[in-house]
Amino acid sequence: MASPNPAAGASLDGPGGPNLGAPIHKPLTELEVTLEANRCLNCYDAPCMRACPTHIDVASFIGKIATGNLKGSARVILDANPMGASCARVCPTEELCEGACVYKKDDTPIRIGDLQRYSIDWVMDHDVDLFAPGPVTGKKVAIIGGGPAGLSAARDLRRIGHAVTIFESRDGLNGLNTYGIVPFRLSTDVALWEAQQVVKLGVDVRTGVRVGVDVSMDSLMNDFDAVVLACGMGNVPKLGIPGEDLLNVWDALDFIERAKLGKSVGQLGNHVAVIGAGNTAIDALTCAKRLGVERVTMYYRRGEEQMTAYQFEYEFAKMEGIEFRFFCAPRRIIGEVHVSAVEFVKTAIPAGDAGAAPVVVPGSEFVEPVSAVIRAIGQSRLHDTFSAVGIETDGGVVCVDDALQTSRKGVFAAGDCIFEKGMREAMVVEAAEQGKLVARSIDAYLREGART
Amino acid sequence: MADLRSNLAGIKSPNPFWLASAPPTNSGYQVMRAFEAGWGGAVWKTLGTPIVNVTSRFAGLNWKQNKLIGLNNIELITDRPLEDNLKEIRECKAAYPDRAIIGSLMEVPDRAIWHELVKRVQDSGVDGFELNFGCPHGMSERGMGSAVGQQPDMVQKTTEWVMEAAEVPVIVKLTPNITDVRHTARAASRGGANAVSMINTINSIIGVDIGSWDPIPSVDGMSSHGGYCGPAVKPIALNMVNECARDPEVTIPISGIGGVSNWQDAVEFLLLGATNVQVCTAVMHHGFRIVEDMIDGLNNYMDARGIASLDEIIGKAQNKITTWENLNLNYKLIAEINQETCIHCSKCYIACEDAAHQCIDRKMVDDVAILTVDAAHCVGCNLCMMVCPVEDCIEMARVETGLPPESWKQRSQLVTS
Repeated sequence: MASPNPAAGASLDGPGGPNLGAPIHKPLTELEVTLEANRCLNCYDAPCMRACPTHIDVASFIGKIATGNLKGSARVILDANPMGASCARVCPTEELCEGACVYKKDDTPIRIGDLQRYSIDWVMDHDVDLFAPGPVTGKKVAIIGGGPAGLSAARDLRRIGHAVTIFESRDGLNGLNTYGIVPFRLSTDVALWEAQQVVKLGVDVRTGVRVGVDVSMDSLMNDFDAVVLACGMGNVPKLGIPGEDLLNVWDALDFIERAKLGKSVGQLGNHVAVIGAGNTAIDALTCAKRLGVERVTMYYRRGEEQMTAYQFEYEFAKMEGIEFRFFCAPRRIIGEVHVSAVEFVKTAIPAGDAGAAPVVVPGSEFVEPVSAVIRAIGQSRLHDTFSAVGIETDGGVVCVDDALQTSRKGVFAAGDCIFEKGMREAMVVEAAEQGKLVARSIDAYLREGART
Repeated sequence: MADLRSNLAGIKSPNPFWLASAPPTNSGYQVMRAFEAGWGGAVWKTLGTPIVNVTSRFAGLNWKQNKLIGLNNIELITDRPLEDNLKEIRECKAAYPDRAIIGSLMEVPDRAIWHELVKRVQDSGVDGFELNFGCPHGMSERGMGSAVGQQPDMVQKTTEWVMEAAEVPVIVKLTPNITDVRHTARAASRGGANAVSMINTINSIIGVDIGSWDPIPSVDGMSSHGGYCGPAVKPIALNMVNECARDPEVTIPISGIGGVSNWQDAVEFLLLGATNVQVCTAVMHHGFRIVEDMIDGLNNYMDARGIASLDEIIGKAQNKITTWENLNLNYKLIAEINQETCIHCSKCYIACEDAAHQCIDRKMVDDVAILTVDAAHCVGCNLCMMVCPVEDCIEMARVETGLPPESWKQRSQLVTS
């Protein structure tokens, strides 16, 4: 496992690497917590709870904060959402619970995310055990992938009593929470603490193990009663233009990971171009800026309205001094050894069809001098990996039934690997929910098997 | 500008806002500051044989983030020499001759001792006396305060002694720690008092520290029941004031005390029969400056309604309180939920479902709870309106029954006749 960054000091919310600056969100003060917790109306069948993909009983956990029952509060949160610590920091609450708050009408929703963080921070500070493994069932489940979906599934399978082994190709658990989200949004320490809460329920963790390379799918099928695919998505795909092999052309996730772990990203120069307009693009942009790059510019082939980054992420990027160029697509990356410029062409959305693919405006090419390029155009799908083990996919998305079972009996899937393609971004909180659901489905599957 | 001048049994003040006899009126320094802030009168912290106090003395009742919705105290009467108090009363009266200064008195039940105290305090130039027959803690163990106020004959007798020596109006301050406050109010009236004031504080234990298991306020790990006051006691005070105001045997005016925190509270006390009000807890919470809005708010309220003087408010709603048997059984209300302003919190639904009459329907439309009243079954209890967080979202609408007013009393007479 990656060692927690020593620069983080006592706080689990310290920056993950040097020079990346203070966390974006400060924890609430005690006074703010008191005021905010008491302001909650305690709605019945509350809209916030309905809006949360994991259906955290928000009114309940906030009410418990108000009565000083922080252990109970944290248990309500984590019972519904094993990824409650990271979700308190990275959830797009404006789009979910806080967006549904009845006070939203007056633009003063309860700060649910911050209150959730307060409760979970209490658990981090007090080292209490909130959950225990269930009585041994004798059944064994292999989970491929130790990110949010896999951990969530592991937590609930252990609570039921099934034995769980997680196979994780990286050195550390919690996937993109650990490696792919900038430290000033979610520190490595919090992500690893969160994973540890699952591991301590008695999960066998095999890190640095690649299924299909180090261990075969068939052997997993033989050794375990059920298998969960929770392997997420792949790298950021290539742009498919000339010059991508030049030095200083980055995959955004590799870039963020190195920066987050405090590893060198070399000399980025004075102008970094980020291609793409999602939340990972925002993370790459702000990360580069905080590493000291003078100019950091986002280039996007659509307009501001079509950006997939959340509005608050976009606002944050603007505050950090990021520049934005809409309606332009890269044609080629120019340079000898290192990147020195990118040639773009202007694009346009066909009139009257905002959803249509942008078209190139002929003769509108222009060259931007840049010193590095970071591509952040989404993640590739692991087509070949799945087809090699006989799992049906649809365009790389693993096909599952209502019980999250794949085309192969006993093999289930959760998280980003079943995330449908679309304009929306995948969320940690959805992965967490799918992990819960897949645990429930597997339990039913294993019990059924026991009867027949 | 409305005329806020007040006259309680001949004691005049420029406005009806007095400080109650309590910690805020402990010294000349404080009373001077209060008068500078605008208070119309001050009832000096009770004079008597000086005592020794304990620490700690106060404890607050908080509700959610709201501090001091109630306060209890185990502080006793003045712990300063009588001569010091009298000297300062003279100084305050000289500096603010238009304000009312009332000497609150407490002594053991002895005619000669009472006569002596009345005369000495009277010489300081007080505008009136208030006899403390109300303090429920400490002093009552020594046969004073509420020990007197709980016995109508003692109230009458002590009042008579004071009236023998008093040359200025005398107010008798009553304890609420009694089954029916009218009995002691009548006794004060019979004893010749010029007014009564109520309520003094209510017997209370504010709570226990669940960490140390020490009751609060803690005095070396122990406590004693205290006197409870503040906004939470207002409903009790309003009822007692009104009971006395409507009682034909209580023939004297009433100074209303108990949770008065703003001008609105004061209007309610006046409407139900008080002639003026006394304030303590709100000052202990926020300082003397709160009187500015009390005066300003009352003024604006009276101006807006074309009310020239306090006499046009005092007692004007007092006879709207009656016994239950006289209420109109044929008056019907049902709740109406304004769909425009509803925020879909479902508080009304769960309150009605679990605690009233199951007559709010809740339907999910596009994942939003739409709440409507089942008019056929609504009993018009008000609960949904009370729990609704949106002002005026739920209103109680009159339903015409077509029936003439009829009370339980009338209906019973019909049945028996």
